[in-house]
Amino acid sequence: MALSCIVALLLCTLPPPGGVAARDVPNDAGGKIAVTWTRSPDGSVINYRVLRQAEGATEWDTIGMAGRLASRYFDEGAGNGTPYRYKVLAEADTLQGESEPSGYAKAAPQWFNTGRIPSIIGTALILVIFLYTFQQARRGAKMFIRRIAGLDAVEEALGRATEMGRPTLYVPGLSTIDDVATIASLNILGEVAKKTAKFGTPLIVPNRDPIVYTVAREVVKESYASVGRPDAFNPDSVFFLTDQQFAYAAAVDGIMLREKPATNFLIGMFWAESLILAETGAISGAVQIAGTDAVSQLPFFITACDYTLIGEELYAASAYISREPLRLGAIKGQDYNKLIILALILGGTLLALAVDIRITDIL
Amino acid sequence: MKRKLPLIIVLVTGIFGVLTYIIPHPIIQDTDAVFRNDILRVIGAFSIVLGIGSILRHHFIKIKRKAEHWGYSWITVVALFVSAIIGLFGGIDPTRPGLLPTQVGGFSFHIQSLFTGLIVPLGSTMFALLAFFMASAAYRAFRARNLEATLLLVSAFILMLGAVPLTRMIVRELPSFAEWILAVPNTAAKRGIGFGISLGILATSLKIILGIERGWLGGGE
Repeated sequence: MALSCIVALLLCTLPPPGGVAARDVPNDAGGKIAVTWTRSPDGSVINYRVLRQAEGATEWDTIGMAGRLASRYFDEGAGNGTPYRYKVLAEADTLQGESEPSGYAKAAPQWFNTGRIPSIIGTALILVIFLYTFQQARRGAKMFIRRIAGLDAVEEALGRATEMGRPTLYVPGLSTIDDVATIASLNILGEVAKKTAKFGTPLIVPNRDPIVYTVAREVVKESYASVGRPDAFNPDSVFFLTDQQFAYAAAVDGIMLREKPATNFLIGMFWAESLILAETGAISGAVQIAGTDAVSQLPFFITACDYTLIGEELYAASAYISREPLRLGAIKGQDYNKLIILALILGGTLLALAVDIRITDIL
Repeated sequence: MKRKLPLIIVLVTGIFGVLTYIIPHPIIQDTDAVFRNDILRVIGAFSIVLGIGSILRHHFIKIKRKAEHWGYSWITVVALFVSAIIGLFGGIDPTRPGLLPTQVGGFSFHIQSLFTGLIVPLGSTMFALLAFFMASAAYRAFRARNLEATLLLVSAFILMLGAVPLTRMIVRELPSFAEWILAVPNTAAKRGIGFGISLGILATSLKIILGIERGWLGGGE
């Protein structure tokens, strides 16, 4: 009888997983412990059951299952500061193999994400260069900035609208105020509004986001005031349309076809509506200046608009138009940083090639 | 102070934004979540009131002045009030009815049915127009006005041909050449633009945090 029990026990047991270890997941907000193990050598294992026991408790609780090829499990329900130990059960049909328990581990939140050190160093280097160029600009150093055709055309396009006695339409993108492209667009709007105020050209600014609308309204109002034309500011020229993407596109298309603006600015963040807006503007015969950092929308703007600010040009635009030294310093900083990145890419490519050639030689 | 206070708030929140990137501790992350999920929502709710005020003012001025197409302004204003009344008092959907009876026969006028029955199909209609605009934009691009347009035309032509089974049978290398265009020159250009964009975002953020760029404040010093 005793022998048959022993045989049955041996038959019902799988080789258990080995080396079960538990440790706190680094660089997180706590509450997470990583459990690792060496897989059971038995090929019939279907899955692994992970068990947990808090210090002082008598029961083992199942906290999750992992696939047959897994050797790691994250316990995301661990309380910070509580010591836990873990066991892993290999399971196959009716058979089980239970590992030895791991040592105790405690989850804890961290005050510094060490995984982000490389990006912090990289960003710090970039910032140092920016601060250097700001300093240079403050000292009055002459900065050469390459010509950007789309921005050179701003004055000409606004002059055209004035001559034709038609309004200028400015679409500040469809994104929210926390999008840097929207902020860049509002900075450009400020410069455009100063020029429309000087020329006496009506400006139309339809908005999709209510917060962007309030900021855009203030930007235009202040721009009119800054060039001594506060009386020319029409509060109804900056308005909120709708927050529905295609309803907004339809409304702006309507404005383009009804009001027939001589110049359209489509600057900011755009999605699928970009071509709907740009093509309608092209059909209406307006001079169009577009700018976005949405790479997938750039081909549409390049095709349908007269000038397109590509990516970084969007961020350089307000400085380029205003010619304010400190802002120009930022563009110079961008150029220096790009030069460094380019040198790093070239250096890295040459090194990779050199290593590749050496390996090929050895082979 | 009117100028300094927003600049101080921007400086503090800007530095806080950097801290949330490097400090995973719940004290910082939870505070960030409160900022993003609660405070911004409250500000957003207030801004919706301003937005609605803007719509009403804009259209009432048009109606008052009997500006061109002023009849459409009536439609907008009436639609706004009808949806607001249904939204506030008519319930969200048949399972969550409101104070007003919005069931007429088999049709429900709940705000959800207005959304799925009107807004979604109208939006889809506008989106469908994109196909026609793509055709006209393609015609514009294919006129090859300058070197860039010619490059665009040639590469688009190769990519299109590469995707057509018949040309695949005639020129066997075409699909792999089309894939090479996408994977090598196209990706390289996209990454180049990406570098510029990232640096531009960094520069703009820095200018805003340091108070160099004040356009968002409404300009001025």
